[in-house]
Amino acid sequence: MADNSVGTVETQHFTFAQPPNELRLELGDKLGPITLAYETYGQLNQDKTNAVLVLHALSGDAHAAGWHKNSKNPGWWDSLIGPGKGIDTNQYFVICSNVIGGCRGSTGPSSINPKTGKPYALDFPLITIADMVEAQRQLVDYLGIDKLLAVIGGSMGGMQVLQWMATYPEKICAAIPIATTLKHTPQQIAFNEVGRQAVMADPDWQNGNYYGKKVPAKGLAVARMIGHITYMSDTSMAEKFGRKTYPNKETAKFSPDFEVEDYLRHRGDNFVKRFDANSYLYLTKAIDYFNLLNGHNLNEVFKNLKAKVLVLAFKSDWLYPTYQSQEIVKACKLAGVNTSYCEINSTYGHDAFLLEIEQESKLIQHFLKTTAKENGKGDKNK
Amino acid sequence: MKQQIPLEHKIISNWIEENTTVLDLGCGDGKLLSLLIKEKHIHAQGIELQDKAIHQCIAAGLNVIQQDIDTGLSEYTDKNFDYVILNQTLQQVKKPDFALKEALRIGKKVIVGFPNFAHIHARLQIFFQGKVPITTALPYQWYDTPNLHFLSIKDFKNYCKNKNIQIHKTAYLTNRKKIRLTPNLLAETALFLLSK
Repeated sequence: MADNSVGTVETQHFTFAQPPNELRLELGDKLGPITLAYETYGQLNQDKTNAVLVLHALSGDAHAAGWHKNSKNPGWWDSLIGPGKGIDTNQYFVICSNVIGGCRGSTGPSSINPKTGKPYALDFPLITIADMVEAQRQLVDYLGIDKLLAVIGGSMGGMQVLQWMATYPEKICAAIPIATTLKHTPQQIAFNEVGRQAVMADPDWQNGNYYGKKVPAKGLAVARMIGHITYMSDTSMAEKFGRKTYPNKETAKFSPDFEVEDYLRHRGDNFVKRFDANSYLYLTKAIDYFNLLNGHNLNEVFKNLKAKVLVLAFKSDWLYPTYQSQEIVKACKLAGVNTSYCEINSTYGHDAFLLEIEQESKLIQHFLKTTAKENGKGDKNK
Repeated sequence: MKQQIPLEHKIISNWIEENTTVLDLGCGDGKLLSLLIKEKHIHAQGIELQDKAIHQCIAAGLNVIQQDIDTGLSEYTDKNFDYVILNQTLQQVKKPDFALKEALRIGKKVIVGFPNFAHIHARLQIFFQGKVPITTALPYQWYDTPNLHFLSIKDFKNYCKNKNIQIHKTAYLTNRKKIRLTPNLLAETALFLLSK
């Protein structure tokens, strides 16, 4: 294991909102008890001022860095989190939790409904990005942290960052929303809807009641394939696959010819092994509902924010185009927030936030260092 | 690695009052803003287009937004900043007239610095050599210059007069010293403190 790895890690669990004190969700339903799967890396300092909360995207989980025992792959942002890395675990105490509605250890539609003793399936209430953040806030409280040094995340993780900025401005010193948006647009909703339709059109979906039976593998795999297309770019696909053909042993018509077909099929099939189809429906819907501007003017969204903000976007990201990040910058400017914005040159498309690590880590590293310095000195310079 | 502070940065710093808000348009590597934070405890915001400069600013702990000045100022309210700085920027933007108008709208005071195209070296090169001038303040070949507009001190003063822009302070410089006599002939760089 490399020196700059956080090493072997284990997922932990935190349960709250025990009935009758269930969590009141944004859309009105109640949910409880709620378990959050989470991991931490590095040490919390004595003053508890060095905590960095990392928020994952749609398919991510609590395992952001290091290695699980007997696992072939490190955490999803291992290239960014570790000793001496962009988010330096020698300096910071890093927390990452699986979102509610997820399927990687946190309470979601595949969890057992205590009222019935069976998986919730579609009895699980609709959740929102604000609900995910509310649950994370409870975890942060439980860990004894009053104020986070920073919240960082890309895509759906970036939405959670923006939600933190809007809902708990006093609880963060800095925020780094990456490749994200203040509100989901029709094009973004449209792609998610095609994904959901693919899942629901699979006869194995059974109105969500497939637990203990055959899962809607085909539908979820197609949904993931569509997702992957939107995460890449024309250039990155051309570079990665070209028109290379796949050494085809199958003789059947319409078996994969091109490498890109094979790649998408593999990605789809692998996703099915680790992701719950109902979670996919719930989480994509939560993303589609996301609209921080709902009923607000742009200048009101972050009006109480004293934290400093670093907005990052990628030039080739067409799923979350840079104009959406510029809109975030605009909202910050209007609120008089200390803002930095960088458009990183990358051909990777939306996936760049997971892949274009070199520039991203430098920016994050410097930004966190300044934030820590300013707050260590008690400098509330605004 | 201690670098000498450029004379124009020292003058700008002298012009700026303590604990004010400053927007630097085309802030480059952020050296001027860092100086102003150190000496005048300003609240700094930079806008810059170049990737490398953005990274340098963030490494220096500055607030910097990667944006085009030609489009990026509209969301700031009137008199949002105590000072807006356009140092060595105005001649490089597509629409200097618009950029200055916006700067004067969002800043209570505006500091403009530009190379004087009517400097004697430039005049001599055009007149005697028949060549586009290359001087200390205008060091670029015609084919790779970032400068899109060329102006003299006289041009800028006339412009301010025509647009009813008040000139509060001026400084005319070579890279080492201030020029007092016939600046339009002898100054390589000009600095103006303006308001509207």
